[in-house]
Amino acid sequence: MSPRRPWRTACKGDRFMSIFRYPHPPASEITPRSLWLSRRDLLATGLAGAIVPPGLLRPAPARAAPLTARSGGQSTEGLTPTPFQDVTHYNNFYEFGLEKTDPAERSGGFHPRPWTVRVDGLVAHPRTYDIDALLARPLQERLYRMRCVEAWSMVIPWIGFPLAELLKEVEPLGSAKYVAFESVVRPSEMPGQSGVLPVLDWPYVEGLRLDEALHPLTILAVGLYGQTLPNQNGAPIRLVVPWKYGFKGAKSVVRIRLTDSRPPTSWNLRAPDEYGFYANVNPEVDHPRWSQATERPIGVRGGFFGAARKPTLPFNGYGEQVAALYAGMNLRRDF
Amino acid sequence: MAARLSAGRVRTLLYAVGLVPAAATFAMGVANRLGADPVNVFERTLGLWAIRFLILSLCVTPLRELAGINLLRYRRALGLLAFWYALFHVTAYVGLDQGFDGAVLLADITRRPFVILGMVAFLIVSVLAATSNAWSIRRLGRRWGAVHRMVYLAGLCAAVHFILSFKVLRVEPLLYAVVMAVLLLYRLLPGAVRRRRLAQR
Repeated sequence: MSPRRPWRTACKGDRFMSIFRYPHPPASEITPRSLWLSRRDLLATGLAGAIVPPGLLRPAPARAAPLTARSGGQSTEGLTPTPFQDVTHYNNFYEFGLEKTDPAERSGGFHPRPWTVRVDGLVAHPRTYDIDALLARPLQERLYRMRCVEAWSMVIPWIGFPLAELLKEVEPLGSAKYVAFESVVRPSEMPGQSGVLPVLDWPYVEGLRLDEALHPLTILAVGLYGQTLPNQNGAPIRLVVPWKYGFKGAKSVVRIRLTDSRPPTSWNLRAPDEYGFYANVNPEVDHPRWSQATERPIGVRGGFFGAARKPTLPFNGYGEQVAALYAGMNLRRDF
Repeated sequence: MAARLSAGRVRTLLYAVGLVPAAATFAMGVANRLGADPVNVFERTLGLWAIRFLILSLCVTPLRELAGINLLRYRRALGLLAFWYALFHVTAYVGLDQGFDGAVLLADITRRPFVILGMVAFLIVSVLAATSNAWSIRRLGRRWGAVHRMVYLAGLCAAVHFILSFKVLRVEPLLYAVVMAVLLLYRLLPGAVRRRRLAQR
């Protein structure tokens, strides 16, 4: 048994039916609390803050309740979870600010309870779900790669349930072709929603084709690393579509609407030449300002000489499961 | 205290202090203290300091003409520090970040305006650094001033490159761009206007 990946024994010999057990990273992989507190001290001295652009280093503690989940049944072959500290302190969540550290630092005043998710539009039975009812469902753990459009990546043990479960309950009408997601607007609790410069239009909106939304890999996540979602990761409920760039995963979702036309999506509205509606991870289609051929894995310990780039995989490595959704499409045009 | 230091000593001190951010950030990177994406932080930090020193070097003339503070003898040191930081920044991008991947680098440098702008700025400050010695100044004679006025083009390219390095418009790079633009506009004022101000001192 490899001490680095305690769940690997369960995978042995059977890739696709592996039983994923919640990864308890060995102590050596967890940044000791004293170390990250000392980073804060370093910043407090002011010197480091004066040299390195501020806002890049400071951690803050996350609050959460434990969650239990069974394995989602996916292969976890070759996946090492990104340390919890990085998953929860290196985030793009512009509602809380533009720096990667802003969501952890500035989301303390956000209230993920009470919360409801409205599912309506072209459905037979529109419904409003309470978050506690959603948390009481049978939950699954899914260890997914996460590829950001900024060319960095993580591996995150999400906890959630397939979006298809909800969609089947509300019964989409035959005319429903797309699913639109809407995130919460709360300027009083989300400082990034009232910034000086226009960033994005709020609410943050995202969308999927109905077949993408019904795909078994598409989940609504309510937790990660065995606990409820920290505020900075999109509490209390967010979308996770592992074969697409991270920005497709709308956070703090309040409404899911089925539509017959392609819904507007936030980053596509902001810069249509840079961010497409599909946003499938594709090493062959570059962002106009940088290559998407490779990615920097986040949280690779050992200083910056340990963090070598690695090749980005088509559909983020989920091509076997999802490539058929796009058969016959020109993915260079429909990026 | 400052009065008793020779200009040469101050210059040495300037280089020593000026290189502290690079050394400190490098040490933090080696010690894994640059956060979750250390290469990116290192690269950005070096680029930012290149722009800062470029701006400082461009402040020398207005300071002399408007405030009567003469720092002319330190201008070359400030410009060279900008060049060194630009070189570190490009080296970090080519080596640490892209791992000397020729195909990616070629595509970046030939196709992406964001990278091209940065490279133009780097090429210009390299030329200026190479021609900053006494021999070049003698050799180029009157043309030296014309060559070195390219620093404003480098400054503008660097400022736009900085703005484009973020997914959305940010306050910080815009402030640097405004400072750069003000310095450029000042130099575009008719020489007579500026000299009159100098004479009033």
